[in-house]
This record gives sequence, C-alpha cells and structure tokens, in this order.
Amino acid sequence: MKKMRDVPLREAQLCGDNWQGRLAMGMRKVAVVGAGMTKFMRRAQETGRELAYQASKMALDSCEMTLDDIDSVALGTAPDAFDGVHMKGEYLSDGAGAWNKPYMRCYVGGGTGVFAVIQGWYHVASGLFDTCLVVCEEKMSSCKPHPQGAFLTIFDHTTERPLKPNLVWIFALEMNRYMTVHGLDKKDIARVAVKNKRNALDHPCAQVAADITVEDVLNSEVLAWPVQRLDISPTSDGAAAIVMVAEHVAKRITDNPVWVKGVGWSLDTAYWTSRDLYYPRYVESAARMAYDMAGIAEPRKEIHIVEPYDPFDYKELHHLEGLLLADKGDAARLTAEGVTARDGNMPVCPSGGMLGVGNPIAAAGLMKVSEIFWQLRGEAGKRQVPGQPRTGLAQSWGDLMQVGCVAILGI
Amino acid sequence: MREVAIVGVGHSGFRSITPDMSYKELMYEAAARAYEDAGVDPRRDVQSFVSVAEDFNEGTSIFDEYVPDQIGGVLKPVHTIPGDGIHGLIAAYMQVLTGAMDVVMVEAHSKASNVLTLTDVVAYAMDPIYNRPLGANPVFIAGMEMNRYLHHTGTTEEQCAQVVVKNRSNGFLNPSAAYGASLSLDAVLASQPVSYPLKRLEISSHADGAIVMVLASGDVAEQLSYLPIWIRGVGWCNETPSLETRDWEGATYARKAAEMAYRVSGIRSPRLEIDFAEVDDTFAYKELQHMEALGLCRDGEAGLLVEEGATELDGDLPINPSGGSLGVGHLLDASGLARVLEVVLQLRGEAGERQLEDAETGLAFGWRSIPTTSGAAVVLSV
Repeated sequence: MKKMRDVPLREAQLCGDNWQGRLAMGMRKVAVVGAGMTKFMRRAQETGRELAYQASKMALDSCEMTLDDIDSVALGTAPDAFDGVHMKGEYLSDGAGAWNKPYMRCYVGGGTGVFAVIQGWYHVASGLFDTCLVVCEEKMSSCKPHPQGAFLTIFDHTTERPLKPNLVWIFALEMNRYMTVHGLDKKDIARVAVKNKRNALDHPCAQVAADITVEDVLNSEVLAWPVQRLDISPTSDGAAAIVMVAEHVAKRITDNPVWVKGVGWSLDTAYWTSRDLYYPRYVESAARMAYDMAGIAEPRKEIHIVEPYDPFDYKELHHLEGLLLADKGDAARLTAEGVTARDGNMPVCPSGGMLGVGNPIAAAGLMKVSEIFWQLRGEAGKRQVPGQPRTGLAQSWGDLMQVGCVAILGI
Repeated sequence: MREVAIVGVGHSGFRSITPDMSYKELMYEAAARAYEDAGVDPRRDVQSFVSVAEDFNEGTSIFDEYVPDQIGGVLKPVHTIPGDGIHGLIAAYMQVLTGAMDVVMVEAHSKASNVLTLTDVVAYAMDPIYNRPLGANPVFIAGMEMNRYLHHTGTTEEQCAQVVVKNRSNGFLNPSAAYGASLSLDAVLASQPVSYPLKRLEISSHADGAIVMVLASGDVAEQLSYLPIWIRGVGWCNETPSLETRDWEGATYARKAAEMAYRVSGIRSPRLEIDFAEVDDTFAYKELQHMEALGLCRDGEAGLLVEEGATELDGDLPINPSGGSLGVGHLLDASGLARVLEVVLQLRGEAGERQLEDAETGLAFGWRSIPTTSGAAVVLSV
C-alpha cells in the first residue's frame, strides 16, 4: 500500500479553494478504499455511539486515514424505535466521526445499509467532497422484551396496526406465496440457511455461524408457518463502516481501489396488500437502474459474486430472481446444485450473510458491501472465493416488502 | 460546472391544525402544486424523490414506507433523509450534481398537530444515559443557551423580543402564515417565562403543512422554467449532540455550514452579496445568533440591527420576510424548506405584499431545533 502521508491530503484535495473547478468534473468515479466492522452479537455492552466509533476507526485504519482526511460523513441506521432515541442520527453523529463536519443520515428501513453506500456515492460523485465516511450502526438489544416490538409500529395505523401484525407473520405470507407459485418445498429453501450458516463459520464477526443440516432447519420451532426458527436471521447489535473517495484520492491511497460501478434503488407502493408478493419487482427496478449505470448487459455473466439480502432463507432466492441472476422460481435449483456455494459458479453470500453473520439491520447491509470489497481485493481470508472475481453486487431490502437497493462494485 | 436550479415549488398549509387533511393529503397537495409549477409529470420526468421525515414525529416507524404513493414515486428511486428540509434539498442537489439525474424532487412536511406530547417526543432525543434521567423539559436547553448568548454578546432581552414583533408582523402579510399578529414589545416581554430568560411568545408555535420542490440540472431547468432559481451553494454541519461539550455561544454548526455554502458559491463577503435571508428562528434569540454565525453581521451586532429596523421588510438586510417560524409556524423538519420556499418566492417576485425590492441573492438556513446542533444552509440566486 502506498503511503499517503508524503503530501498532506487536505492541501491537495482542496485545490486552493477551487470548489467550482471540482464541480466541473461532472460524473466522477468513486472508490471504496477501506472497510471495518464490529463483531455482530446479540447484546453489545457498548452504546450505539461506541459501536459506530469502533467500526469507523477500523475502516479509517484499514486505509491509513484519519478523521482529518474525511470531508463528509453519511450515516445509516434503521428505526429510532430500537434504541428508543428520537433523532438517532443526531445522537450517533460524534460516534460516527461527524463532529464539526457535514453529516447526513439516510433512511430506507431495512434497505438502509446498502443505501448508505449510495448516499456516500452521491456525496463524492457530486463533486462537493473528495472523501466520505459511511457508517451504519444498529443496536437492537435496547428494545425490550424483543426488537420485534418495535416493528408493531411500522404498519399503517388505520388499516393494519389494529391486527397487531409482526414481521414474521407478513414474511410467512410472502414465503408461502413464493413457495406456492413455484411449487417449492421447504427443503429447497432450507438449503440456503445451511449454506449461509456454514459460510459464516469462516467469518470472525459472525453471531450465529453453525454447521447444520437441512433436517435441523426442518425440525426447528415453527414461528408462523412456513417460517421456522432456523429460517430467520437473528436480531443483533453491531456496526460497519467504509471509506469512499474520489478517483484522484483513491489513486494516492491504494494500489487496488474498488470502484462503485453502478447503484440503483426503488421503492414500491406502501399498499403491499395489493401486490403479488411472489416476485420483488422493486428489486428488479433497482437492479436494472444499477446495471444500466454500470453498463452491464448480461448480469449472469458479468456479476461474479453476489451478496443479496437474506434475513430469511427464502429471501436470498427471491432476491436472486429479482436481481435477474436466476429465472423466476429457479434460484432454489441453483442452490441445490451448488452454483451459489462459495466454490460454485456464482458464489452467493460467501460472507455467511445475515443468516450466519447476524442482522443488525443497517450494519448488515453495509457488511455485505464490505464483503464484496474484501472479496474483490482478495482480502477475505478463509472466505475468499476461488478465481479472481472482478465484479460483485450487494443488495438490501426493507420497509413493507417494498424497497430494493443495489450497489455494484468492481475492480 | 453542472448547474442546478429550483424549477417548481408547491406547498400546502400552513395552519395550526389540519383536522380535514391527513399527512398524505398534505403531501399530495404540495406535490401536485409543485409539479404543476414546474410543468413536469412525476411518473415520466422526475427521476428521484427525496422525502424528509423523522419516525417519532410521525408516530410510525420506518416512515419512508408511506411516502411514495402520494408523491408519484411508486417503483422509482425514493429515499428519506431524517434531517432538516434543507438537508433533503441538498441530498436532491447532490443527486443532480452527480450527472446521473436531471430532475429530482424533495418533500418535507409537518403534521405537528397530530402529536399530543411533542415535548415528551423531544425529550426522547436527549442522551439516554447522561441527560434523559434528569427528566427536564428540553426547552431548558434553549433557555440556557439564550442566557449564555445574551451574556456573551451583550444583546438585550428587548432586542430578542423585537424579533418576535417583526416576524409576526411580517406573517400578517403572508397568506400562508399561521401566526401573523400585531404584537407590542411589551406584550412579548410580559409573556410568561418558560425557561428564563426565554418567554412564551419567543418560542415559535407549531403548524401543519407540506412543501415540495423540484430541482433540475441547468439545461433542463432552462427549458422548464422562464425563471429558474439557481442553487449557488450549499453547506451543512453537525457540531455535537453532547450538551456537555458543545459551543453554547456562537452556533458553530451555523458558522461552519455557512462557510461551506459561501465557499461553494464563491461568496467572499456575505454582508455585501446577500440581499436578504431566511434564517431559523425557532426561538427568537436564534435569529440573532444565527445571523451572526452566518456572517450577515458581526458578533453582537444582530440585536442592534433588529432594534434599528435594519432587518424589517424595508430595511437594508431583511431577515425572515415570510415571518419565519415565529410568524409562519414551526413545521418540525419542514421548517428549513419553508425558509427556502420564501427565498424562491422572493427571488421570483411572487411574494405578494411582502415582496422585497431588488432581491437577487438570498440565503436560507435551517436548524433542527433542540437538542441538536445540526444546521444546513443554501444560497440561491436568480
């Protein structure tokens, strides 16, 4: 790695106050140059601020930068109801290194983790900034007795909330619909949980890595049929952070930057009860936007590794189809045939995903982007996929089965 | 340089209560007016949508779920910024600057009348470990800061009260303002102290409403509008959420936000180059403190300017011609966008009875209210 301390970064960046000159560059290339994450765990002793600090510090250290080099900070964190802190973005700001800096929080429910990267991208691509620290934090354990309680308040106050629905309940509807339309068996879906939890055994930050079998999943407690305990990711505390920079800065910091090739996001109607849940059309819409920006015409050939959002095992399959990486109803077959294994043709969730590593909502999305970053740089250690992947895709999903966020990274 | 302009604005409200309209209807009305104003079809022309909202103010977690339908954003890029309205505007501005988007909209709204326990909600923004156990009404932060500000700058309580008299009287000329009033200085000074030296009438009252703006890149803006309002520069800054270590005197967040905005817009002498400003006046003293922090006058000078009438509609440096939050009503996180709205209307010459003469460059500044130190500024020109 090149040392960047030879020339003071800030001096070179500001080009003598010529901000308008920098704006003239138009569409700028944006690189990810550093990443860090805390361990994901059921209950962290640290406060949310401390988690955010730890992840930011690791990300900065990984590319030998300090807060002085950071022009702006973007934060992603999901509902305030978890922490019980109003304006949680403000509360977390100094933990995320935003003291006396331009700082903005973005929010698209469960999709926030990958959206934070999109926000970091437009901070830098706009030309207003050369560097942006992107931090995602979630502390779900503050919500007692269980974070599921916070989700009672996400539903429409007039038409849905009186029914007291929870997330497992509505995702059971979606999973059922998906299985019915495509004639899938629970066994076809349980393989995803087995694969991801096994992949996570190699992840040092993993919360629920395990070597289990399909039978274990099928025999686990039924929560809301067809959802069983081992079909679901856990609730977690944790944080992740990445450093995003403009091209000229990236070239001075590192020999192997990972470029943001394309981003896309899309939000479907709030009236989820009026949609056919078997297919995530919003993910397709976001994916098409990202492929378009990245100039990808044949995603199945050009995307080498995928980190789709997998809070439930069926969601990985659902999302692979939405991302146009599998035919509708065909993702389960790919899993059964090992195509999506770490040594398969198209490794999916080589990190272990949220089913294995854990699911601190926003931080889990950023963990997926970090995994792509490490995989493309060949720094994923025991999780490294074989061959030399050049392009990876991370995707997150959230709200009322409603939002898709996609980031495509490449070297 | 890729230039960005505001080509359409629309708002609904502002009223102290809106029992006849849901937040969705407020948003719909504002969006429909803004699209009409800009001459765009949201389904065809608008490429990205930014909404500004905080969960606790809405009473719904993951509030962005309920955004797309009423603004025409279904199955399109939509996201939420939990920040001030100007943060949302900046997010939209940055998206256009990237070159990936040409037309982006921003929306902010307030349905404050739905919140029965607003003070309790604000109390939830306090540090849960260090501050919340004290159980204090969060307005004490404003009282303490006002005290410190008066002590530090020599500004008087009368000068702060004069801000209220001016803004609520400006509100009288603004048909959208909910709290226009003709008050005497004595009436303000005699109003009940809430947290010494802050008095009841120096605290803006809440209002309901929604604001939508449509932003477009330079060439598209020229096609869409005969009078695009150009965004010359933006700046924003967070100081610290910690009450114990923040700057209680000089609104550092405003100073730094303004420094950035002036740097981006190439403004070297704000006092000469800014014709008028809409600055946050959630509390009367905040208008003065923000004027100084924004470099519109020297430290300690804002009180004198108000006293002399320099910040009135016919003064040298009109501040808050709309009536500000004191006159229009505090719109929660939409307040910042209400400041921008007035700057746009003034620059277009559409401000009616409160129209300023020769207004060519205006500044809008929003603050996220207690207990934050988060502010955002935008400089606009014809």
